[in-house]
Amino acid sequence: MQPITSTNDFVVKFANVNGSGSASANQLFAKSIIRMGVPVAPRNIFPSNIQGLPTWYEVRVSEAGWMGARAGVDLMVAMNPQTWTQDVASILPGGYLFYDSSKPMPKSKFRDDVNVIGVPLTEICNRTYTDPRQRQLFKNIIYVGALSALLDIEIGVLETLIGEQFKGKDKLIQPNIHALHLGRDYALANLTCPLGLKVRRSDRVGDRISIEGNAAAGLGAVYGGATVCAWYPITPSTSLAEAFTKYCQKFRVDPETGENKFAIVQAEDELASIGMVIGAAWNGSRAFTATSGPGISLMQEFLGLAYFAEVPAVIFDVQRTGPSTGMPTRSQQCDVMSCAYASHGDTKHVLLFPEDPHECFTMGAQAFDLADRLQTPIFVLLDLDIGMNERLCAPLQWDDSRQYDRGKIMTYEALEAGKDFGRYLDVDGDGIPYRTYPGTHPSRGAFFTRGSSKDRYAKYTEDAAAYRDNMDRLLVKFETAKELVPHPVEKKAKTATSVGAIYYGSTSPAMGEAAHLLGEDGIPVDLMRVRGFPFHDDVVAFIEAHDQVFVVEQNRDAQLRGLIINECGIDPAKLVPVLHYDGTPVTATAIAGQITARLRPSIQQRLKKEAVA
Amino acid sequence: MTYLAKPKLHHPSLQPNKLGFTRRDYEGSISTLCAGCGHDSISAALIQACYQLDLPPHRIAKLSGIGCSSKTPTYFLGASHGFNSVHGRMPSVLTGANLANRDLIYLGVSGDGDSASIGLGQFAHLMRRGVNMLYIVENNGVYGLTKGQFSATSDRGSKSKKGVVNTDEAIDMVALALQLGATYVGRSFSGDKTQLVPLIEGALLHKGTAFIDCISPCVAFNNHAGSTKSFDYVREHNEAVNFLDVITPRAEITAEYAPGTVEEVVQHDGSVLRLRKLAGDYHVNDRLAAQRFLQEHQADGEIVTGLIYVDPDPEDLHAHIKTVPTPLQKLAERDLCPGSAALHKLNAGLR
Repeated sequence: MQPITSTNDFVVKFANVNGSGSASANQLFAKSIIRMGVPVAPRNIFPSNIQGLPTWYEVRVSEAGWMGARAGVDLMVAMNPQTWTQDVASILPGGYLFYDSSKPMPKSKFRDDVNVIGVPLTEICNRTYTDPRQRQLFKNIIYVGALSALLDIEIGVLETLIGEQFKGKDKLIQPNIHALHLGRDYALANLTCPLGLKVRRSDRVGDRISIEGNAAAGLGAVYGGATVCAWYPITPSTSLAEAFTKYCQKFRVDPETGENKFAIVQAEDELASIGMVIGAAWNGSRAFTATSGPGISLMQEFLGLAYFAEVPAVIFDVQRTGPSTGMPTRSQQCDVMSCAYASHGDTKHVLLFPEDPHECFTMGAQAFDLADRLQTPIFVLLDLDIGMNERLCAPLQWDDSRQYDRGKIMTYEALEAGKDFGRYLDVDGDGIPYRTYPGTHPSRGAFFTRGSSKDRYAKYTEDAAAYRDNMDRLLVKFETAKELVPHPVEKKAKTATSVGAIYYGSTSPAMGEAAHLLGEDGIPVDLMRVRGFPFHDDVVAFIEAHDQVFVVEQNRDAQLRGLIINECGIDPAKLVPVLHYDGTPVTATAIAGQITARLRPSIQQRLKKEAVA
Repeated sequence: MTYLAKPKLHHPSLQPNKLGFTRRDYEGSISTLCAGCGHDSISAALIQACYQLDLPPHRIAKLSGIGCSSKTPTYFLGASHGFNSVHGRMPSVLTGANLANRDLIYLGVSGDGDSASIGLGQFAHLMRRGVNMLYIVENNGVYGLTKGQFSATSDRGSKSKKGVVNTDEAIDMVALALQLGATYVGRSFSGDKTQLVPLIEGALLHKGTAFIDCISPCVAFNNHAGSTKSFDYVREHNEAVNFLDVITPRAEITAEYAPGTVEEVVQHDGSVLRLRKLAGDYHVNDRLAAQRFLQEHQADGEIVTGLIYVDPDPEDLHAHIKTVPTPLQKLAERDLCPGSAALHKLNAGLR
């Protein structure tokens, strides 16, 4: 057996029991590698459970900077007897199995083509600690200590991180460092260190930060000026509302009075959440909710109201696998259609697709400008993969000269000056009318907001022409949105090619890596990352400029592809779906594999033809 | 048709209030409800109350759900912003509106279908939160727009126009409001303006969740013999606990009453609720006693009306969540955006 040897490019997977306190130890492990200048992409794979079920933490170490998931495990830290068999099976041939060797295990439990590393973690803990909870928690730190020796992680970096983690609770620093050394010393004394897998200090992290997409989006809402948040707990969006709460408490509490410049209400359900958002935005506040697919389903009626009555709203949808309850703790891009066309009747909504936490922040803030400008719901579509995992991304930025765009607001002064006010009157051709905030003027500018049809001056009407006039203006407004939403980002292959790929959101890192793999394999692919809906004209131009365009997404029904076909009038034959929808984040090899399988026959055919000629 | 505006001309002898507005300035479009509908009387009572209290019409926000009752905000306060939202969801929209701007006066208009059936959940949670508003349910025990189905407030045994007897237990919105924490709870009857107008006035001045269940017979579908929400039935079974006068902080107190017959409640804004007691030793500040009184009289087939409970010094949602006194919708970048320096620090902590 040839043991895998690799420096700064491997996957470590921790198999733990949910609720055993492993999360912070695993994060410590990942962070120590980042601090050594080597990019790391960690991912939580966890059950819909509070305590007892299996959970995994996957750490992809990639000096090249590939942040997508990668199939296969180089080093398995198998701490959960429940999942032992599947965990051992997932190790690549020549890979490593790290386990607690306190109790003897039958040989049949191991594999011949895997290097086995036993550390008697329980024995060390039982010898050192008497308190059961301490035994459990320190066991996690002890294995991190052992791994530091096995992978050549600098101990000083780990010690610094522990110091930072327990700053203010200084009593905990020494015991944790002690536990770290228990593991490290055992490994150094009893095992061959380092393994074939090694971490070597590098400078590839740069000034990047590590943050979860949900936290970044919640912070974006703070920066974007949101004052009302109404939400209902649902995985995987809960931490977004919680992050907003945390950052509001940090930044928005009046230091003198202790009073809050924000209002957060945990509503009774998603219907009430979106209702409160609509009420607050109607009344001039910037308001949002955070939810996931089932919440979007419940909000449908209200979303139609907001579209038709033209009330701003921001909805962060952190997507999880559906339909129904689906797999609540697994990731998917499966709400694209249900958000784009949410509600009964003819409706279309603006969608934003952040690729990472950095864009969760920027688009999170921008969504409020767009909502006010376009007077309509704006959906920010995250998913669990970027929402609930810490991801290395560019540092967050804010331009202090930036002013909020509150859109077309008819002021007291304008009303007083006798300016004509028609709530649904398009005065300058962009399809967006002026609105007034309630209470603006004693005798002018009041109107009735309703979900039933109305004329340009907001008067109720069932007149056919007036209804149609309004519906057509809403299309003009949607056309205006095309230029306002973030434009797509194009990345050309190194050599000219007739093959293109369109992708969005959390597929981004895997797609980038896949294009690299394909390029090395002689298949150059031009890339277009869609960042908003309605689709910018550049999307159509990209499709027209290529003979074949793959649409890569993480759902079963090729939802973005369908949306492109429907909205841009593209021949379906031209758009080839590349799909991944098992709840795990898509990998580069999965994408490259599907594209290669589709292209190879034609390449082979072409080569044959050329040979004949 | 709801878009028919009323003619602007009015009688020159109409008296302006302290703000210079006449009663007509508090009106809306011409009602499209059935002639004789109890709801129109409630609209008239709301108009009179707002006029008498000298409320600036544009500082009132009127919100409703869907149904006959929810159509009525078009027919009063034409200078106020209105929001006809979705069925049963007025409470959430109003809660959001109230969070955004605490300076406006909020009037939520709903019906028994809107609040006791499809919107029961939102009704309940609004009461729990203590949103500062007047929540008025125009309760006719029937679905009018869809032509006469029973609603959830129809009494068991009540007969529909088609002769069907209701077998489901009725939901008593007043009992629910009391249990759920509303701080001003009353019931009245659209046919009794002298009771209803001051009850509305007291509610509009109340700085917490005020709930009024106003029985409002449906002349088209629920005003026949055998109905327990008909004009005749309600008149016969009306058990008023008190009669209310509302005295604003600025008003002079002129009337005099025999000792022991009057109870005065001073609300947070200084307004005085003067209750002429009709039901012996009924105390309007005792939530538990109110619940008991209500249940007992209901068991006897009586409809208890009047101001049933009031907490003169309630805490509203804004107090619970400690928002700044400035309406949130007035806050701008300097209040809301932490800026690049703070972000720079955050970035440093995330490496």
